Amino acid sequence: MNILVCAKRVPMTGGTIVLTEDEQSIQTRHLGFTISPHEECGVEEAVRLIEANGGESVVLALGPSEAEEQLRDAMALGIDRAILLETADEFDGQATAAAIVAAIEAERAAGVEFDLIFFGNESADSGNYQVGIRVAHALGRPCVTGVKGIAVQDGRARCEQETASGRDVYDVPLPAVVTVKEGLNLPRYPSVPGRLRAKRKPLATSAAAGRDPGVEKLRLRLPPGQGKQAEILGHGPEAAPAVVEVLRRAGLMA
Amino acid sequence: MSDLPTSARAVVIGAGIVGNSISYHLSELGWRDLVLLDKGPFPNPGGSTGHASNFIFPVDHSKEMTALTLDSMRQYQDLDVFTESGGIEVARTEERMQELHRRMSSAHAWGIDRVSIVTPAEIKEMVPFIDETILLGGFSSPGVGVVDSLRAGTIMRERAIAAGALTISANTEVLGIDVERGGVRRVRTTRGDIETEVVVVACGVWSPAIAQMAGALIPLTPAVHQMIDIGPVPRFASSTRHIEYPIVRDMDTFMYERQDGIGLEVGSYAHRPILHDPEEIPSIEQAALSPTELPFTQADFDKQMEDALELMPEIVGDESVGVKYAINGLLSLTPDGMPLLGETHEVRGLWSCAAVWVKEGPGIAKAVAEWMTHGESEIDLHSSDIARFWDHQKTRAHVRARTSEGFNKTYGIIHPSEQWASNRDVRLPPFHARQQQLDAVFFEAAGWERPHWYESNAPLLEEYADRITPREAEWDARWWSPIINAEHLAMRDRAGMVDLSAFTIFDIAGPGALEAVQGVAVRQMDVPVGRVVYTPVLTPGGGFKADLTIMRLDDELFRVVTGGAHGPADRKWFGDRLPQDGTAQIADLTSAWTTLGLWGPRARDILRSVTRDDVSHEGFRFGSCRTIEVDTLRVLASRISYVGDLGWELYVPIEQGQKLWDVIAEAGRPHGIAPVGIGVYGTTGRLEKCYRAYGFELESEYNVCEAGMAGPKVKDEDFVGKQAHLRHRDEQPAAIMCTLTVDDHTSASGVKRYMLGREPIQTRDGQPLTDSRGRRSYVTSAGAGPSVGKHLLMAYLPPEQAQVGTELAVEYLNERYPVTVAVAGSTPIFDPENERIRS
Amino acid sequence: MTLVYVEHQDGRPDDASLQAIALAREIAGGAPLHALLAGPGAEHAAAGLGAHGVATAHIAEHEALATHAPVALARCIGELIDRLSPAAVAAAGSERGNEVLAHAAALGDLPLAANCIAAEAGDPLTVTRIRWGGSLLEDARLHGPVKLLTVAPHTVEAAEVGGGSADVERFTPSLGEADLVVRVVETVQQSSEGGVNLADARFVVSCGRGAGSPEGFAPAEELAALLGGAVGCSRAVTIAGWRSHTDQVGQTGTKIAPEVYLACGISGATQHMAGCKGAKRIIAVNIDPEAPIIANADYAVIGDLHEVIPAITAELRKAGAG
Repeated sequence: MNILVCAKRVPMTGGTIVLTEDEQSIQTRHLGFTISPHEECGVEEAVRLIEANGGESVVLALGPSEAEEQLRDAMALGIDRAILLETADEFDGQATAAAIVAAIEAERAAGVEFDLIFFGNESADSGNYQVGIRVAHALGRPCVTGVKGIAVQDGRARCEQETASGRDVYDVPLPAVVTVKEGLNLPRYPSVPGRLRAKRKPLATSAAAGRDPGVEKLRLRLPPGQGKQAEILGHGPEAAPAVVEVLRRAGLMA
Repeated sequence: MSDLPTSARAVVIGAGIVGNSISYHLSELGWRDLVLLDKGPFPNPGGSTGHASNFIFPVDHSKEMTALTLDSMRQYQDLDVFTESGGIEVARTEERMQELHRRMSSAHAWGIDRVSIVTPAEIKEMVPFIDETILLGGFSSPGVGVVDSLRAGTIMRERAIAAGALTISANTEVLGIDVERGGVRRVRTTRGDIETEVVVVACGVWSPAIAQMAGALIPLTPAVHQMIDIGPVPRFASSTRHIEYPIVRDMDTFMYERQDGIGLEVGSYAHRPILHDPEEIPSIEQAALSPTELPFTQADFDKQMEDALELMPEIVGDESVGVKYAINGLLSLTPDGMPLLGETHEVRGLWSCAAVWVKEGPGIAKAVAEWMTHGESEIDLHSSDIARFWDHQKTRAHVRARTSEGFNKTYGIIHPSEQWASNRDVRLPPFHARQQQLDAVFFEAAGWERPHWYESNAPLLEEYADRITPREAEWDARWWSPIINAEHLAMRDRAGMVDLSAFTIFDIAGPGALEAVQGVAVRQMDVPVGRVVYTPVLTPGGGFKADLTIMRLDDELFRVVTGGAHGPADRKWFGDRLPQDGTAQIADLTSAWTTLGLWGPRARDILRSVTRDDVSHEGFRFGSCRTIEVDTLRVLASRISYVGDLGWELYVPIEQGQKLWDVIAEAGRPHGIAPVGIGVYGTTGRLEKCYRAYGFELESEYNVCEAGMAGPKVKDEDFVGKQAHLRHRDEQPAAIMCTLTVDDHTSASGVKRYMLGREPIQTRDGQPLTDSRGRRSYVTSAGAGPSVGKHLLMAYLPPEQAQVGTELAVEYLNERYPVTVAVAGSTPIFDPENERIRS
Repeated sequence: MTLVYVEHQDGRPDDASLQAIALAREIAGGAPLHALLAGPGAEHAAAGLGAHGVATAHIAEHEALATHAPVALARCIGELIDRLSPAAVAAAGSERGNEVLAHAAALGDLPLAANCIAAEAGDPLTVTRIRWGGSLLEDARLHGPVKLLTVAPHTVEAAEVGGGSADVERFTPSLGEADLVVRVVETVQQSSEGGVNLADARFVVSCGRGAGSPEGFAPAEELAALLGGAVGCSRAVTIAGWRSHTDQVGQTGTKIAPEVYLACGISGATQHMAGCKGAKRIIAVNIDPEAPIIANADYAVIGDLHEVIPAITAELRKAGAG
């Protein structure tokens, strides 16, 4: 089987977010970048499924040229090759989906059909909750979202969602699109040989075509009410009575 | 956490290993009302200590650094935070094997005997997961260990608190350091102001930014050191201790690998230099990990992974072993790789204790605390003294240039004479154009470009072919030329002219000038106007602080001339001791005057041909100075010599230097004058005369009597170190400065080898020589003596060995060569009666 | 008019949907508000919507809608869009609200702004939406012939605005086989034996990497149990493999809303804070008084969690709890 994982390059934020002066993005001068957490699990799942079933795994990112770093990260974990849809701009959900669909169709034209396409349920940064679903519709495939368990058998994928009371189960035929959530698995760390292999794995770069945004970003800003200073209840174990008093006032000791 | 005091005896900024340690040592030395601040939390405020690899390899080619490291190890052991693991530096190349042999010699020179050269098979036995087939051998150092630097800092901090000496304040950011009348007045912080006259900047990578608040420059740059942690390693799964296998330094790839619990840490100094600006370090809130643990840049580490894989395939090649942690850790780099210690010359009371790594931290903290308390430290810190830098060497661009060049030398093979390539041509003497025409080979000193020899003198090689030995081994001949020896012989036979522009020159003037120089110089300074006095300058403990010449130019005017490299430190030493009442002032004239040395048997004939003044032996005595007319110039001539021949130092305003050069060169042509480089002035000429040099023979760890430089009597006036000096005169010296000659240069492989300095002196059967103060005998200076036809070594020897004719050995690159004591004390080996100088 | 897709359970509209209605009302600016409900109990749930300003509740009736079927629901929205030409369609920014609207957006090739917290009527519609799980806000213009948006839960107050009951209009959507491929085919009830669900717990004790090891959570377990609470952890802990992902509080873990959240040895990275914003009171226990979490907590104890947690437990025991 063939699996495509779509992964997004996002900054690893610390305790506070600092914006660039033009308020269009996060100040990332001091930050490292990573694959958005849900998608890390998508990468891991793809690697496991291919290890178990054979076939090819491909990772795709839409983003700046530096996203090669995250694509290599994914290949270090065992993904076979990578596709970078390069753009310096931030695309909205529709534009992102359209660019990815075009790339998948190009793969199809080259004879590659993906049985499964993984997305993260939502990206850590923009949180649009829609790209996977849009791609599925464009390709005419079913899409299960928020998946935290998946089993593939006999051309079908049995997918599980976590709910407040338990799990909801879906059963869809392949090919399918699945958007996954962190917790699906515990992603491995890359090995050194994996890292070295990743350097030599193929990575195809093409320019991503944009379109007028349907959701047009004007500016970013920090939510109000940041930086309230906590009341210090005390230092070390001596603070315990004060903590208990807070618990009492909260009605937890009834 | 206590409230911040409103005043303090001293404020230490930065609670890494250095700040904690210096707080403790100051409290041990009796300081009270100390405050230790950090903008981060305790015990790990987020500086470089927090992510340090924490291992210690004691052996360094620098005596000073080794001493500081050994002292630190003792302290860590006393704090019970040291785990001995052993360590091996491995070689993949022949060149590196030679370097490891050189490390053996350095180890022996600095008193570390528990070291050995090991074979690949022996390495494999100690480190079973290594691929020994790619190695040629290793340098095993069983004393290597790992420390818990955070714990050490905590213990020391708590001890100072328990002693009632220290108040600490975490999460306290320094907003400013107020300076009044050149001295520290207060520290302003986010938690209030502290009145204080002493501030210790122990802020690691932030130090430049903090010092800048007071208007002082600390020339370091934050730079990235990459490291990764991989695991879990199956072989380490059953490890009961944090580290059970020796730490491996893969020297040729500039990397190290060490066990850390069930993981293996791989660190590198091989990647491109990645420098940061101190102002650009993220805040604690902005940083994803800590401010000094920056995001890993994988591309810079790809090559290192391959190298690690090659060396340790069993672990690094294991697919189940993952890269769990990878950072670009920030550490401090300086233009010459040494720490930045001491009071800044810009601001009184502002002490720098920066660019210090974990391995030397407690030792340095102790030494600086001693320095702050007593004016000197037990371990001589001249190589780390922040005063070694001239202002132009503290610019951001210079620091970046040199640290970029130096970073990859962290594990490099550095020749003792190795020259920097970056940011050269900063200080050019007025002779520079002429020197370029003469194909001078320039070495750098204090930023000055100084000819070390002149390729134009190559024809002299033919003239002296029978008296010059070429050096067969590339290492011995690197940064060296036989032309140096030819220039030497030409000077001895005829005359030589030497560019001495790098001299540091400062005047001390005013009604209190005599008192000012008298209180610092060992020799009597109340001499007639027109006298030149060569004098030691001592620390309070009677060790050497400097040796320099002082000209009395007028009743109330003294001109101090000292070396370029240590000039700023010497100027500060005098400046700090000027009379309190302001009756003497100090003025730096280094950039106002240039100096040309003229020496050799024909020196007088040459000078006489361009002056109408009396330059006869009787008319211009040795040790005197006065202004004479030379051609169209007025020249301050000073009749002294550092090369042992008749002659003068000629001083003119710097813009007239080229004219002076041309006049002397022209006048000297009929006499066969040769331009002579510093190779002669600093080494061959000096060694034949057994003249001592500061930083080599002369250090605070040795005294005037040991150096054989005690005068017949001690002046009545008080001077720094006098009491100690009087005591030393009453004692038997524990060691005596000697000059030795090499009897046989032939190595085991039949190649003639020439020592370069800093090698251990041993008995013929290889036993180390240790004096009664525990100091090892080692070669302080080495070089050719072309006139005496010998390779000369200087060394302090215990009195039993310090006898002419004593047969000893020198260990060079881990082989022993026979040597014999030629001179015990200061009698020159060449022209012992000093007839040439006084002719 | 403006249409709101309303989720409901046990015959009652979800709070998040009522919040979505509140924002939709602002967008509608006086124009009529319609609602779409589907599935068992829809009629019952629709009953109270009038009070929230809904004029008409459309109830989709189809046997396939008995369980969650997102594409089918999106088809229902599509039918109503075709029929009613709403200016905007809103839903709760819940997992399913986002999912259904994304399907509707895909079917109609319409833009969708997810997790809005404010909107200003107009064309284009000006919205403020959350990013980074709420650590950052984005002001944006939402274009398109129909404005699709979801409303981030707990960011807009639901309000009853009087009015009578909503008109109920039933319709049977025309659903093809393809619309029903994605639907819940089985529901597994998790027996929450003894343990309290993290998302519902009234008291949560979390530890970060400072716990040191999986065993390091024992004191937290003990404390949580004493007050019938749950134990959570930071993402660093799950990545280290010390605890299951179900215990992770954060943007990509569980979002919690307890009366008291005791966060121990957690620095307060944005990823974590996105998961505990809903807590009524946050008490941070941290050795570092400058840790970012302190700036986002109500109370703080400066100290080592290994000492503080057992002390709290002991104090509670003294006070007679457990």
